[in-house]
Amino acid sequence: MTQATTNGKTTRTAPLTFTVNGRPVTVDVRPSAFLAEVLREQLGLTGVKIGCNEAECGICTVLVDGAPVNSCIYPALKANGARVETIEGLACGDRLHPLQQAFIEQGAVQCGFCTPGLIMTAKALLDANPNPSEDDIKHALKDTYCRCTGYVSVIAAIKQAAGQNGHSALPETRPPLNVVGRPLPRPDAVAKVTGAAKYTDDYVFPGMLHACTLRAGIPHARIVRIDTSKAKALPGVAAVLTHEDVPGAKNHGLVYADWPVLCYDKVRYVGDAVAIVAAETREIAEQALSLIEVEYEPLPVVDDPVTALAPDAPKVHEQGNLLKHIHVEKGDVERGLAEADVIIEGEYETATTEHAFLEPECAIGRVTDDGRVEVYVGSQIPYADRKQIAAALGVPESQVRVIGTLIGGGFGGKEDIAGQIHVALLARATGRPVKMLYRRSESLIFHPKRHAVKFKVKVGAKRDGTFTAMRIELWGDTGAYASLGDKVMTRAATHASGPYEVPHVKIDCYAAYTNNVPAGAFRGFGVTQSCFAIESAIDELAHKLNLDPIEVRRKNALRVGSVTNTGARIRESCGLLACIEKVADALNDDLAQAQGSWVFRRPDKPDHVYAWGFAAAYKNTGLGGGANDCSTVEVEAFGNGSVEVRTSAAEIGQGLVGVLASIAAEELGLPYERVHVLLSDTDLTPDGGPTTASRQTYVTGNAARLASIKLRQQLAAVAAEMLDAPADALVFCDGQVRAGDRAVSFAEVVQQAHAEGQSTRLSHLYEAPKTQPLGTGGDMHVAFSYAAQAALVEVNERTGEVACLKVISATDVGRAINPLALQGQIDGGIVMCIGNALTEEFIQEKGIPYTDRLARYKMPSIRHAPEIVSFIVEDETADGPYGAKGVGEISSIPTTPAITNAIYAATGVRVRRLPVDQDWLLRTMKAQRSANSE
Amino acid sequence: MSWNDYFMPKTLEEAVRLLAAHGGRARVIGGGTDYFVDEAHQPAPEALVDVTRIADLRGIWEEEGYVVIGCGASHAQIVASPIVQAHGAALVEACGQIGGPQVRNVATLAGNIAHALPAADGAIALLALDGEALIAWAEGDAVIREWRPLPQLFRGPGQSAIDSTRQVLAALRFPVRAPSEGSAFARVMRPQGVALPIMGLAARVRLRDDGAIADVRVTLGPAAPTPFRAQATEAYLRGRAPDAQTLREAGEMLLGEVHPRTSPHRATAAYRREVIPVLFQEAMGRALRRVAVLEGG
Repeated sequence: MTQATTNGKTTRTAPLTFTVNGRPVTVDVRPSAFLAEVLREQLGLTGVKIGCNEAECGICTVLVDGAPVNSCIYPALKANGARVETIEGLACGDRLHPLQQAFIEQGAVQCGFCTPGLIMTAKALLDANPNPSEDDIKHALKDTYCRCTGYVSVIAAIKQAAGQNGHSALPETRPPLNVVGRPLPRPDAVAKVTGAAKYTDDYVFPGMLHACTLRAGIPHARIVRIDTSKAKALPGVAAVLTHEDVPGAKNHGLVYADWPVLCYDKVRYVGDAVAIVAAETREIAEQALSLIEVEYEPLPVVDDPVTALAPDAPKVHEQGNLLKHIHVEKGDVERGLAEADVIIEGEYETATTEHAFLEPECAIGRVTDDGRVEVYVGSQIPYADRKQIAAALGVPESQVRVIGTLIGGGFGGKEDIAGQIHVALLARATGRPVKMLYRRSESLIFHPKRHAVKFKVKVGAKRDGTFTAMRIELWGDTGAYASLGDKVMTRAATHASGPYEVPHVKIDCYAAYTNNVPAGAFRGFGVTQSCFAIESAIDELAHKLNLDPIEVRRKNALRVGSVTNTGARIRESCGLLACIEKVADALNDDLAQAQGSWVFRRPDKPDHVYAWGFAAAYKNTGLGGGANDCSTVEVEAFGNGSVEVRTSAAEIGQGLVGVLASIAAEELGLPYERVHVLLSDTDLTPDGGPTTASRQTYVTGNAARLASIKLRQQLAAVAAEMLDAPADALVFCDGQVRAGDRAVSFAEVVQQAHAEGQSTRLSHLYEAPKTQPLGTGGDMHVAFSYAAQAALVEVNERTGEVACLKVISATDVGRAINPLALQGQIDGGIVMCIGNALTEEFIQEKGIPYTDRLARYKMPSIRHAPEIVSFIVEDETADGPYGAKGVGEISSIPTTPAITNAIYAATGVRVRRLPVDQDWLLRTMKAQRSANSE
Repeated sequence: MSWNDYFMPKTLEEAVRLLAAHGGRARVIGGGTDYFVDEAHQPAPEALVDVTRIADLRGIWEEEGYVVIGCGASHAQIVASPIVQAHGAALVEACGQIGGPQVRNVATLAGNIAHALPAADGAIALLALDGEALIAWAEGDAVIREWRPLPQLFRGPGQSAIDSTRQVLAALRFPVRAPSEGSAFARVMRPQGVALPIMGLAARVRLRDDGAIADVRVTLGPAAPTPFRAQATEAYLRGRAPDAQTLREAGEMLLGEVHPRTSPHRATAAYRREVIPVLFQEAMGRALRRVAVLEGG
């Protein structure tokens, strides 16, 4: 045992001697250090990722003497004498391990943060069992989570690496162009499977301090006094800041600046930031937090969006608790209801849910020699970060640089400010680099969630199933701060009557402040919630009218010529009917095996009942509603024949880097590999706008396409001279520019342009077609994506347990730019939506999160991954790049009601609250059965 | 969480002496998969004494009519052990359902038992197997070793009768399987919220030559503050032929002697009462089939 001294604090260390990736190593470690910390911080093996620090997510998996362990809670000293393997040791030089290769080829790499853990867990499996069955795979990986892929591609990759024929063939898509339309691997895939990929916490700067945030811990209170003197006096503490140290804007916020950088008068939820500390080590910073004294005067808590709007409710904000009332009206709903032969009424409720991106929030702030502030962060909206950081610091935006790192999943949860402003403040206060990494427990209570929404739904229809009217009311819990609540609930409201033409609609939606954790953007953006309500009601209607649920939807589906509930006319690119037909056909093939019945039993499973359910959905592409939706892309060609595409748009695992590379390669006639994409550096890349609303392929994709075309035209003029041919007769292909049988290389053309003094770097600002605000009746959105899904569920009649076994999905995406990435989005969306239906709930009690650790938030594991049969419909939209529209959200929307409708078919119990609770389901089934038998 | 020393003693004597030397400020640790995730250890111990590396307590062996599981044995070792598979199928099933491979490779059964949670799968299964625990501690110069029946280890939910700052749960054991005996474990998990079972149930049954039940154990949790043994149900079953009607009646009887609670965010008492007979049928059925298989071959 030895003693080391840093900043007056004595630290005991002990030697750890072990073999890491075949190399003998001895390091002195703290006796309380865990293996993951030692591997990451002392040995620089940052391919080892930490997702939760509680042995829940499994992404920190390394092998100790061949056995997979969670390195985040494995005492480092316990590895003494052991053989440790990490992701960094898998490849032999440039030769990837078969698992790494298979993960790339099967598209099992998206955000990449869980990839090392998945691969290492799979390696242990294959080492012990070279020919595993699918059950073996699911058993071995049950506690290694992935939030992006939906596990389908992961299973296929493991099968491929085991030499089995793993590939579930990609759905049929339109014949590809040269590059666009081909299932190409992600440009960042190799870095992600080898552990070389760097996320924010993987960056280390000399002299870097570690920061922590003091959170309110109570849901609603007036701040009486804050005393930081004891914390400031603690050795090793470099700075303790409160609201008094915020020189500029006291609040931030993407739409409404209502969220205190550091709370000054009140705290409005448990996760509110009250003070921040930077210290030599994280331990000292945490200790300093405990020395800060804050005196609160507790205030009454409001924890429900309906009661929040009562006249006597405690006020979360001075102006009252109504963030926004959203009204959608078409026709005369009373008349429509009067014309109905049948009216269905129902109340529905969705839960608050958590993104559970596997990378907890992290930010690093740094002051450069010229006095500017740099912030490293994995953010969905880098330019909005820059704006909000600059405002809080009280400096011009030019004084702030936001440098985007790789992002370990976002799903909407990394749009708001987390630690970005705090690290900037602390870096300026201390003059040193400052890293702020949230623990999972902190991430859970801090960041905005999916809105819990209550619905009242009334649907009127004719006997043949034709809708006559829909009257819908929604109450959304936006929590303590607005975040994107206004926009989310607007989307929930405008999509609340489903992808159908309804002559008379009246929708009133109320977004209310409460003292719960804020709610904001989450994949589906409000539509996930309304789809559950309306698709359940439609299913109920079909049953009541004794009509085929698919036929009811077919009859009312939006099609070209339809007018939406906001008064917009659908003029093109409406593949909903095609989606419905694809799913109906595939479902019929399945049903043929069960004598055509949607409900059936299996002789080998007498306690189980099986049933299919159906649902459809649509989702806007782009911001819409009159917002100026634009993106700028810069493209530069180099003399070596390569091209760089630059924009500040987030790669959160969805595959934007590949999409942009494909588009530039297509337009410039280059091999895909010759295009490099640089994202999210506000000094180097222009603004691509927010990564939200399924907009990047459409908006930034168009900007990349048009910038590339401009560059091609410029280079064509140069090549025309070189080849003595008219510019418009030239063909850019395979890295060459051709005129008939003569050709010059792309590189030579760029060199010639440079020799002529031309710049081969240019940019294009793309503005999406103008949209109209809600209430004006025009085009509210540039396009919609559509989907239909059928889900097969198994219900255990003795325990109420529900499993989703199979999903048949058809998705209209306009055009598949990269079918491999597209399928990843579809699989991942479906499995995330299975979680929304069956497992996920962020539980809060009177404003206090019960879900304060990952062990209390169940998300789908590999065991939840169903069989997925996927069809792609490509009903092109005229203004999308190659006809493409948004894909990021649509697949994650209809799965929930498809499942709950299947549960109804199986049990006769209508699910009115999410997630489905097997406890409630079993008791309700029994009660219903005994009521029926009386 | 911070401790100054992490000891990995090679002998049991060394382990208990380390605890004694720290006078209550050191604590025994097994795999740590429960301990390290619970952030509320105040004050943090001065030292942790990891008992998974004690040379003669790392394995699983048969000794004097017992299957003995050392305190270093992980759940994965137990699941893979031919000895436990042959003699304690219920324990294999229980240990196989805990966590994923990463946790099972590290977490020990001794740690699971010492943690004394009423829903601990391993404890419920071991209770059905008439398990015992070897407790060791230092008294002056002497090292005391004492086998105690499992029920004596549990005081209440999460409250162990073992003082882990002074005592080591050194090993667990259960009698080797008698002829015509079989056991099984079944559980229901909640898919939402907290990662704990709603109900787990183990059964062990031994048949007479005439096919009637010679002896039986039915254990379950959480149905009481500690893992619960259903003695009235057992008494009812003894001497009866395990036909469908008897098992159905026994399931009803079981409901009469347990008092499951409603645990917020986990399960209602009503639901637990629904699934207890289901788990009973499942575990008993499987245990009886095991007897039949053994008898048949």
